[in-house]
Amino acid sequence: MADVINVSYDTQIPNNVNLSSDRKVLKALEKWHPGYLDWWNRLIPRNLQQSMVYLRTAVSVDPKGWAKFDYLKMPDYRWGILLAPRLEGRTIPCGEHKGQPAWQEVPGEYRNLLKRLIVIQGDTEPGSVEQQRFLGLTAPSLYDMRNLFQVNVEEGRHLWAMVYLLQKYFGKDGREEADDLLRRSSGSDEAPRMLGAFNQETPDWLSFFMFTYFTDRDGKMQLESLAQSGFDPLSRTCRFMLTEEAHHMFVGETGVGRIIQATVDAMTRAGLTDASDINKVRDLSVIDLPTIQKKLSLHYTLSLDLFGQEISTNAANAFNAGIKGRYMESRIEDDHLLKDSTYKVLDFENNQTVEREVSALKAINMRLRDDYVKDAEGGIGRWNKIINKAGIDFELKLPHQAFNRKIGAFAHKPIDPEGQLLSSEAYSAGLSDWLPTTSDGDFIESLMQPCYEPGQYARWIAPPRVGIDNKPGDFEYVKLHMA
Amino acid sequence: MKDIIDFRVDPSAYCHWSVVYDGPVANLIMDVDEREGLFDGYELKLNSYDLGVDIELNDIVQRMRFEHPEVKVVVLQSGKDRVFCAGANIRMLAEASHSQKVNFCKFTNETRNAIESAEEDSGQNYIAAIKGSCAGGGYELALACNYILLTDDGNSSVGLPEVPLLAVLPGTGGLTRLTDKRKVRRDLADIFCTVEEGVRGQRAQSWGLVDEVVVNSTFDETVQCRARAFATKSVKMDVRQGIALNVLKRDVQSDGSIDYEHIQVALNRELRQAMILLKGPRQAAPVDMKTFQQQGDQAYLLKLCRELEDAILHLRTNELEIGLWIFRTQGDPESLMAHEHLLVRHLDHWLSREVHAYWKRTLKRLDVTSRSLAAVVEHGSCFVGVLAEILFAVDRSYMMDDEFEGDTRPIATIALTEGNFGMYPMGNDLTRLETRFLANPGHIDALKSHVRKAIDAKTADDLGLVTMILDDIDWEDELRIFREERISFSPDAMTGLEANLRFAGPETMETRIFGRLTAWQNWIFNRPNAVGTNGALQRYGTGVRGVFDRKRV
Repeated sequence: MADVINVSYDTQIPNNVNLSSDRKVLKALEKWHPGYLDWWNRLIPRNLQQSMVYLRTAVSVDPKGWAKFDYLKMPDYRWGILLAPRLEGRTIPCGEHKGQPAWQEVPGEYRNLLKRLIVIQGDTEPGSVEQQRFLGLTAPSLYDMRNLFQVNVEEGRHLWAMVYLLQKYFGKDGREEADDLLRRSSGSDEAPRMLGAFNQETPDWLSFFMFTYFTDRDGKMQLESLAQSGFDPLSRTCRFMLTEEAHHMFVGETGVGRIIQATVDAMTRAGLTDASDINKVRDLSVIDLPTIQKKLSLHYTLSLDLFGQEISTNAANAFNAGIKGRYMESRIEDDHLLKDSTYKVLDFENNQTVEREVSALKAINMRLRDDYVKDAEGGIGRWNKIINKAGIDFELKLPHQAFNRKIGAFAHKPIDPEGQLLSSEAYSAGLSDWLPTTSDGDFIESLMQPCYEPGQYARWIAPPRVGIDNKPGDFEYVKLHMA
Repeated sequence: MKDIIDFRVDPSAYCHWSVVYDGPVANLIMDVDEREGLFDGYELKLNSYDLGVDIELNDIVQRMRFEHPEVKVVVLQSGKDRVFCAGANIRMLAEASHSQKVNFCKFTNETRNAIESAEEDSGQNYIAAIKGSCAGGGYELALACNYILLTDDGNSSVGLPEVPLLAVLPGTGGLTRLTDKRKVRRDLADIFCTVEEGVRGQRAQSWGLVDEVVVNSTFDETVQCRARAFATKSVKMDVRQGIALNVLKRDVQSDGSIDYEHIQVALNRELRQAMILLKGPRQAAPVDMKTFQQQGDQAYLLKLCRELEDAILHLRTNELEIGLWIFRTQGDPESLMAHEHLLVRHLDHWLSREVHAYWKRTLKRLDVTSRSLAAVVEHGSCFVGVLAEILFAVDRSYMMDDEFEGDTRPIATIALTEGNFGMYPMGNDLTRLETRFLANPGHIDALKSHVRKAIDAKTADDLGLVTMILDDIDWEDELRIFREERISFSPDAMTGLEANLRFAGPETMETRIFGRLTAWQNWIFNRPNAVGTNGALQRYGTGVRGVFDRKRV
């Protein structure tokens, strides 16, 4: 019996699921492995693949000491199968099977529903790596490049996690789905990723940080609700993935914070206090705050779309079946059945935004989105503190949930960031003030020049307060292979 | 809820469809307006449809043949991103009464059949270009097309999720077309019909669910390329100019009776019967097809057919308690024969073919109507050719024999024409006469010697062409007794009885759809496992699963 806390490296694939004695799954994974490596090798630019990156690798699923740091070429990263330890006596936390022992095998009646959820989750993981594939070429520092690659390899590992579930529990269908996860690709005309936000490009580092702050936070919420699953292997997988996801959001929050820091520092040095004087700020080769707001608005609203329709039968089915719970399900004090309770959802009726009480079961998506909004607000406050402290009168805000939506009750409605319904002319006229324009993008792109000297940072981003793994400021996080 | 469902549509008022004409190719785009459901209480999301959406589709299919004979290939596609068609709207189905469901399915089935027969009758070929999810009724719509292309974007799929999702059947021909038309192996079909999410890509092709899987980046181009190729290969004759089908005029009386130009529908609610009078032509037959085409939708035989079709659809949908329809005709048999003869002589003319095919479809609507049907051949009547076909469509026919006191109308006769021997086959692919005389095929040849000759009551009786001939003494009383008896029976038993007796002979895909598939579906539509308060159909959308009575019946 393998140690379920420590990771076994006795097979090519590190794991804590006793893979060496599970010949069937091992064989399936080994068959899938070359395709995965091929996908990875085609993805990231060659010289970066050959560089030595100071990465952390999971060696245990014990939260106290689960990772070790070392230099590694990314293709040599030990992508593995890591599940949080099994909790004895765990029961299904919600829905019509509440209280029954958690499933260790897939219940036949929910096989398709489960498979669908896992495929959709799995499809996002490689999607984001694809979106970010060229960012290494314009990294503002080796520290940031290392963080990017850490996020990338861990998203890759999350793909492995989902693929493991598909191959272990869903037979032939599952193996085909696993193959298709490598076939679809972000932004592709042939076979795009399943969710819209994962087909948008990540053209610059501000986008990357916004993405990791907002979109990875959606990922966190989805993982949190899948961690509540009555299907125990899924729950355990997601619980471990969440420990990695936390780092991604740290990268996002501190990344945006450091960009803001660089901006206000430069403004202070130049004696500028008017944040709206965009040109003067841009002349300092930093990103002006209004443009940061626009990027924020874009990524936030794209991420809201990932929660789907406010009122959703699929979400209701998944909850009632006990295969997807709510955020912090176990801490919610109610019957966990939701057959008779209601929940307030935002809706659009007679040309206005209204709150409507609907069956709580059907409002699962809306509830998760509400939890997400609360969760996302925290970082905004911390960013504003940086601006305040510099004495600049500007406040970053989350736009109204009805703004710039493509999915749900507000899809394609001309609603401004304050939540006001406009004429479509007024809306079109306002868009360039609310969302990044091509020229905003061009400006940001002009700043995206690589900065590869250890301890050096591009002008538009401040150094971090603390190094990764407590390394000193001039630590060489990536030993570049410049062939 | 709208009071009366009207099947007449003005194309300028379409809510859900548009057509882009491009020479021999028509791009038919489904873009359902979710706010324009026929009834309240549901939104037509994801290109789902209700009866209103299908009424427009039916209208398009019809106009395509008469107004756009230049079209050889129709490309059915979605105007929405990421979804082709989600099928019949489930909320609508769950809230619909049993009779609404049944009528809805029947009409949509007829529309699918019309799509299919457009190729068979006129060489107008429908192809489906599927991007996005294509589920349930959406895939059934595609199945009615003659060629299905599916994009291989790793996401788009075809599926029949009715069983796992709703505990009902893919009842708009889905199950039947899978096995009979596409000849999908039964075990693969079994898997396909139980997989909620459907089948994608290459597997869809290798299972025979679609004809071609195309890489996404070249999909649109390939679709247009196939459309052109089909158009080039088409045997459909080149026709430059169609005829306009103006919105039909009708006068609805306060008691629900309806006057058309050539048809009167008189309702008697107490007796639960409709008397449907078809009037013979008042004007001489057009001298040639050119004149016929100039008359366009005013040409007698075309207009009569449009009026009959509208009356059938109206009564079927809006007059559920009118259980007995009695057909009468009045007019000059010779003149009617002349009108029909022009068409029979010019079967090489596109419009002649279309009018014939239209009568075929309309008479088939009669065959599958769940009402008791009768015909009375009175003096002065003109049951000739295509109208004589009604005599063989109804459950019983009564004919006046000899002179009636005080009745100065010409003595009742009927006449067969070439049309009765193959122009209007039933769903079982036999003519109504072949079906009627299944025991004695030789009799058909004997009947041919009577073509275009007046047949009097006694001869008609001898030839077995009418149920009963009655003289002045018995006529009123026998008919009264028949009517009173008929409406005293259980309507359900009548529906079942008639549907069984009408379709003697071989099974075809069409009879299997209207017989086997529809009957099972209608049974399931009555069972608690689907429609009970805890049934899967009722519960769909609540997040709570249906509770099943586990006994197999």
